[in-house]
Order: sequence, then structure tokens, then C-alpha cells
Amino acid sequence: MPSEVDAVQLRGIGKRFPGVVANHDVDVTIRPGTVHALIGENGAGKSTLMKILYGVQRPDDGTITIEGKQVVLKSPTEAIEAGVGMVFQHFMLADNLTVLENMVLGAEKLHGIGDGARTEIRRISERFGFDLDPDVLVEKLGVAARQRLEIAKVLYRGARIIILDEPTAVLVPQEVDALFENLRELKAAGNSVLFISHKLDEVLAIADDITVMRRGTTVGTADPATATKHELAELMVGSELPSPETEESTVTDTVQLSLSDVTLTDEFGRNLLTDLSLTIRRGEVLGIAGVEGNGQAELVETIMGMRIPTSGRIMLGDQDVTHWHTRQLREAGIGYIPEDRHRHGLLLDAPLWENRILGHQTRPPSSKGMWINRKGARKDTERIVADYDVRAPGIDTPSRALSGGNQQKLIVGREMSGDPVLLIASHPTRGVDVGAQAAIWDHIKRARRNGLAVLLVSADLDELIGLSDTIQVILRGRFVGTFDPSSVTPQDLGTAMTGGAA
Amino acid sequence: MNGRLKSVGLALLAPAIAIVLSILVTTLVIAAVGSSPGEFWSTMFEVPKPRLRVDIVNQTAMIYIAAVAAAIGFRMGLFNIGLEGQYTIASFSAATFAGAAYLGGFANVAASLVVAMVVGAAWAGIAGVLRATRGVSEVISTIMLNAIAVTLVGYFLNNYGVKEGNSVHTKNLPSGTTLGGWSPFEDRDGDIWALAIVAVLVGVGFWALLNKTRFGFDLRASGQSESAALASGINPKRMIVISMMLSGAVAGLIWMPALFGGARNYGTSFQVGLGFLGIAVALLGRNRPIGMLFGALLFAFLSVKSNDLTFGTDVSPSIVQITQGVAVLAVVVTYEVVRRWRTRLEQRAVSRELTATTGATA
Repeated sequence: MPSEVDAVQLRGIGKRFPGVVANHDVDVTIRPGTVHALIGENGAGKSTLMKILYGVQRPDDGTITIEGKQVVLKSPTEAIEAGVGMVFQHFMLADNLTVLENMVLGAEKLHGIGDGARTEIRRISERFGFDLDPDVLVEKLGVAARQRLEIAKVLYRGARIIILDEPTAVLVPQEVDALFENLRELKAAGNSVLFISHKLDEVLAIADDITVMRRGTTVGTADPATATKHELAELMVGSELPSPETEESTVTDTVQLSLSDVTLTDEFGRNLLTDLSLTIRRGEVLGIAGVEGNGQAELVETIMGMRIPTSGRIMLGDQDVTHWHTRQLREAGIGYIPEDRHRHGLLLDAPLWENRILGHQTRPPSSKGMWINRKGARKDTERIVADYDVRAPGIDTPSRALSGGNQQKLIVGREMSGDPVLLIASHPTRGVDVGAQAAIWDHIKRARRNGLAVLLVSADLDELIGLSDTIQVILRGRFVGTFDPSSVTPQDLGTAMTGGAA
Repeated sequence: MNGRLKSVGLALLAPAIAIVLSILVTTLVIAAVGSSPGEFWSTMFEVPKPRLRVDIVNQTAMIYIAAVAAAIGFRMGLFNIGLEGQYTIASFSAATFAGAAYLGGFANVAASLVVAMVVGAAWAGIAGVLRATRGVSEVISTIMLNAIAVTLVGYFLNNYGVKEGNSVHTKNLPSGTTLGGWSPFEDRDGDIWALAIVAVLVGVGFWALLNKTRFGFDLRASGQSESAALASGINPKRMIVISMMLSGAVAGLIWMPALFGGARNYGTSFQVGLGFLGIAVALLGRNRPIGMLFGALLFAFLSVKSNDLTFGTDVSPSIVQITQGVAVLAVVVTYEVVRRWRTRLEQRAVSRELTATTGATA
């Protein structure tokens, strides 16, 4: 639609942080009166981008053009003035206030706090089918109604471009349909919606345009009328990176880890994992493929003893470790590269040498009896820094100051220490640069040749195909297919990951 | 190294700002009520008389023990607001045990200290277990336990204590088990209590525990990142109960120097409020052994020295509570401000480096 001015144009947006995937060369164009979906794996840079568009963070490079005018957004207030509003995944509402009070809070000047505001709320509510009563307490509202209130709040403040951060994550299917009805109304009234998600079905159902992000940048756009789920999945996980080469099999006959019929139930009695069975032999890499959130994290946490399975059995070598705690498992020689290194892998404010101790508190060279072996830990940290090419000013640097790739190399080095028998690697190269990625792949391959058993969970299909000896696909907590990486294609995996026919 | 010098400078910046701010606010308050700030400060900064110097040392010791007890919880991310109750009930128990004179001489002292620690640990442990098993916030439960402890001690004292005139107290210590102390000046100026040494031991022990032991590492790791601690194999529930009990055990020792030094029984001479002072000093000293030592000294100095105000000036001694309060508040705020400022400096430096070396990665 050449005659219309684009609602939002982002050009060449870049943002760098220490230790986090940066945005670089991001281009997004949102046409007016459309729902534009932004998709990508966790950590692809979606949230950084929307924070930039909402003025929470300022980009290092690039330009933002809103309705034809180039703007510099220093704060959310300025973003709202420019017509951009955002609904966060976690609602920001005061439970003990009414809908009206929440609505006018901080926007008292617009329509007052009395009947003027009430009329405006009713108008918005009716126009878009939000079904909001201004005088009801927010604590009485369900999740879906709260979300509608958040959207209405944004509209009340005059936004014409609305960012929704994974809005469907908190909704049940019927509510999702209702939300989509609301979004269509918004669109019809000329508003634009930026819809952030990684649920491909929903994106295809509602979006007019799709932009895909991977590794901090926009990697392509797709037309929802013609695109299929697994084309999108392929774009999301991509193959722009140097492919990890397959090597000769080093699989032995000795079973290192076996799970039989492991089931994990949450506190509401729902199955997170259902009857999972697997075996990993020494020298074997078992890859787990799946769309984010299908039980991978729970599987890893169950093996690591952070969750105890409801039923089933876990054997490490010939020992039954079903009820062991994390520390016992680590002492038995399990190395663990966690999915979220900031939350689970590091003490961000502690120096590198203390991070070397983390998870290895009870073993040499970190400790001697009940004492911390400062000298031994420091010396071994020097070794890791040298052998794994961790680029840091020194071992007294807080780990927060390192880039993501270097943090990850430190973790890999640490977890490969002390001759592990099994390595649980969860997204080992997520959010790291290409150089660090290749180095981490090499370390995993070398350890495999030396007889290490590896469980590799990854969203990067090339990585899985390149490193694994066997690939299991997980969907809704069940294994739905076993593939041989030498013959499988990313397309096959994508089909299995999304539940068959695509 | 320049970097080290800079980080020391940054570390001292916050307390410096806090002290200046608290002096400023106190001055303003005194001026606002129409008294003379000049008189106040000259009285406060006068060199204390020998008797007060002894008092300051004794008070520093007790406040410091309390601060360490609070810091054990803080370093692990637990807010043990219940020091007050823990040391009240522990002091009462230890005084009762010591007064009963099951043992003689030094054995009685040692056993009483053990009783104080065990009772303090048990009382704090209740809050720890509630938190670990039922998820009850330790802030709420320890505040409640404070009230229960005070009531319980009052009940026991009234029913089983020794009545003397209008007051009630526990049985006096047998004469062989008081420890007296060391008088650096003349006898009438009083003693530095023998058990003030406990403060030194507790301080050194705290430092060694945190920095040298596996347990200390686990404790700090839990305080810095609960999720990383869990993934590293630390059992969070166990850590909560143990560190709460450890904090309570140290809290049990708070009043012991006074008991065996001067008080000789638990009664009207029992000094309340040390637990809350300890929390304030732990905040002021950022839970660091040396920082808390300075904090305890400052607070003891202000409290003891404020007695002079009654004679020399028309300023109420309680004005120093404002100074203390502002100091704590200011230190908490300025530390956070300095920390953010530092993080921003750090991020900018790394960001600049990234741009310079690689342009854009990947």
C-alpha cells in the first residue's frame, strides 16, 4: 500500500549489552491497520527490540520512524506520546483499585478521574468489545479481562500502535479466540498491533505480516497466507551458521544414563513429562529436538535432581539415582550446562574463580574437606581461562562483565572439569557469537571421543543434526519420534516438532 | 593497580555520603526545634571520659555480635528480624541455667554460653522450619516470635523469678562464675567485660566461615542467586534452616558479656533493643566483618556519648537515634545509587570494547 505511511519503520537497529545477545541490523516495517507478528526463539532479541520501540532502552544504532516522523524515544512516556503503547506479559495493575482507577492512574489529565473518564472507558470498551465495567474491582477480574484492561489502558492513553508481548501465554484457547476478535476490531479502527510470540499456529491465524528474528537480527519476513509452520520454524532456527560437522560414531556399548517410563506431574496433577524412556551410551550424543516449552527444561531438571519424577526410574551407570539430589548427581560426575546461564549457571557479581567453584563445591580442586581451596580453585580457573579461551581481564573480574560467549566458555570449561561421565547440555551455544559456538562444539566433540555421554537439548536444528548420534523429538512432554541425524533433514524434524502434518 | 584503587574509592564513597547526610539532617532537626546544633556537636565530639570509653567498648562488643547475627541471615537473603526475641529468650535461659549453678567456676560459664546458643538457635529455627516447609515469610514469623519470646520470658520471670522489692530477676550467678573484666583506667571507671572477647571470636569466625568454608560459599551463593545455588546442588531448604539457626545461635550470645560481666542476673539490668541495633549496624556495615565493626563502634559511641547531652545541653539524648536512623537509611540508598552508577560505567566500558573490537558480532 504505497500511498499509506507506515505505522512503524525500524531501520538498522543495534543494541549491545555485556553478556546478552545484542540486536544488530534489525529492520521491521509495520503497515498501518495490520497485525504484525514478530517471532523467534527465546533469546533471539525480541524483547530487547520491543523495549527499544517502547522507549525503555535506547538503541546504539539505527533509526525509529513512527508514522513518517523519525523519533528518538528516551522513555515510555515519550513512546506513548508518539503513539506507541505496550502490554507486558506480566500485568501492571493494582488489584485493590477499580477498572476506572487503574485506567486513569497516571493519566488523570486526559479525561479527568470522574464521569469524563467513565464515558471514555465505556466508549473504548464498546468500540472494541472489551466488556469492561469501569466500577468493578480489578481483583474480581479474570486473566483475560485483565489483559483487555491493559490493552484498553494503552488505547485510553492515545496509542495507535500497540505492542503485545506474548499475550496468549496466559490464556486458554477460547480466550485466545476472543483476544483475536478484539485485535481484529483494533485493526479495523486503524490501529496497528505488534504481536510477539513463538506460537506458530497463533501467528498464522492472526498476523497480516510476519517478521522472523534470530540471533539478535531480523532474518526474514513471511506471508502468513502462504507460509507453513515448518517454514517459519526453519527460519526461526536457521542455518546461516557454520554447520557442526558430523564425525565417525564413537558410541560404545556401555549405557551411561537410562530413563525408563519417567513421568513428572505438576502440583495440579497435569503431566509435564509422560513415560519418557531413553538411553545414552558412553561416547554417544543424544539430541533432544522440540519447540520451546514442550518439556525439555523439565526433562533436564529431572535428570539433574532439581525435580523428582512422579514415577519411573533413572539409572546412572548401574546406580539407581531416581531420588538423588543435584549435589549427589554432580558428585557422581554429571556436568551441567544450564539453559539460562545467568539464572542457573553463574553468580554474576562473584569473580570468575568463585564461579569455578559453583557446582563443584564438594570436589577438588575447589575444596579440601569442609574448606574452600582458594589456591586450587584460582589455579584451575587460570587453566580454564587459558584452555577454553575465556577472554577476561583476569580471574578476579566479576562474571557479569564478560560477554555471553565468554561466560558460556567458562561454564563449559567448568563442567568439563573433573572428568564427568555425563554432560547435560541445554542450549549450549544460545546467545553466543560464532567463534565461541565453534569452540564449544569442538569441546563437546572431543569429550565425546573420550567416551563422554552427552544429552544435548537445543533449538538449533543444525547443531542437533551436526553433533548428535541420535535425535529424539519431544512434543508436549512425550517423545514422538527418533531420528538418525545422518539422514534426517531440518524439515523432517520441524514436522515432528509441530505434531505431524504441516 | 588503578582499578583496585578506584573500587576502594567507590566502596568508601557511600558511607562517606551517608555520614555527611546524617550529620546534616541531625543539624537541621536540632536547629528546627530551636536548640543549638553547635553545642550538640561539640558535646558529641568531645573526647569521652574514661568511664564512657569503657562503656563504648562494651556496647560495641554487644552491638557487633548482634550485627554478625543479622549479617549471617542477610548474606543468605534471609531477614532475621527476630534477633530481639532470640537473644531475650536465650539470655533468660542462660541466666537461669547459670544461676542454678549445676556446675562451678568456668565450666558454668562455658555451659551457659552453650545454653544461650542452643536456645537462640532453636527459637530462630522455628522461623527457619516454617519458611522451609510452609513458605512462611521469616520477616513475619520472626516478628511474631519476638512478641512471644518477650511474653514468655515475662511469664516465667514473674512466676519463678526471685522477687526483690518491686523487681523480679533470675537467681544471681554463684560468686565463682562471674568473670569481671579488665579495667584500663581507675576502678571506679568500670571494667571492659571479659566476654567482650566473644565479639572478636564471632567476628573472626564469621569472616572465616564466609570466605574459607564450603558452607560459607553455599551461603553466599544462595544469597546471590537462589536459582544458581539450586542448580549447583545446594539444598535451599536445608540452607534456610541451618543459616537461620546459626544466626539465632550467635544472637543468643549478644547479652552474655553483660551477664557475666556486670549484670549477674536477668532482670531490670537486661538491655533491650540490641537486636534491632544489630540489624541497623549490619545494614550500615554492608554485612562485612570490618564494616560492621566501624558501624558498631559508631553506634555505641553515639548512644553512650548521648548521655552527656543531658548535662551539657538542652538537646534530648534521643536525637542521636535520628542520627543513627538517617545514617542507616542514607547508607542503604547511597549504596544502591553507587552500585547502579558502577554497573552503568562497567556496561559502557564493555559496550565500547565490543564496538571497537568486533563491530557487530555474528
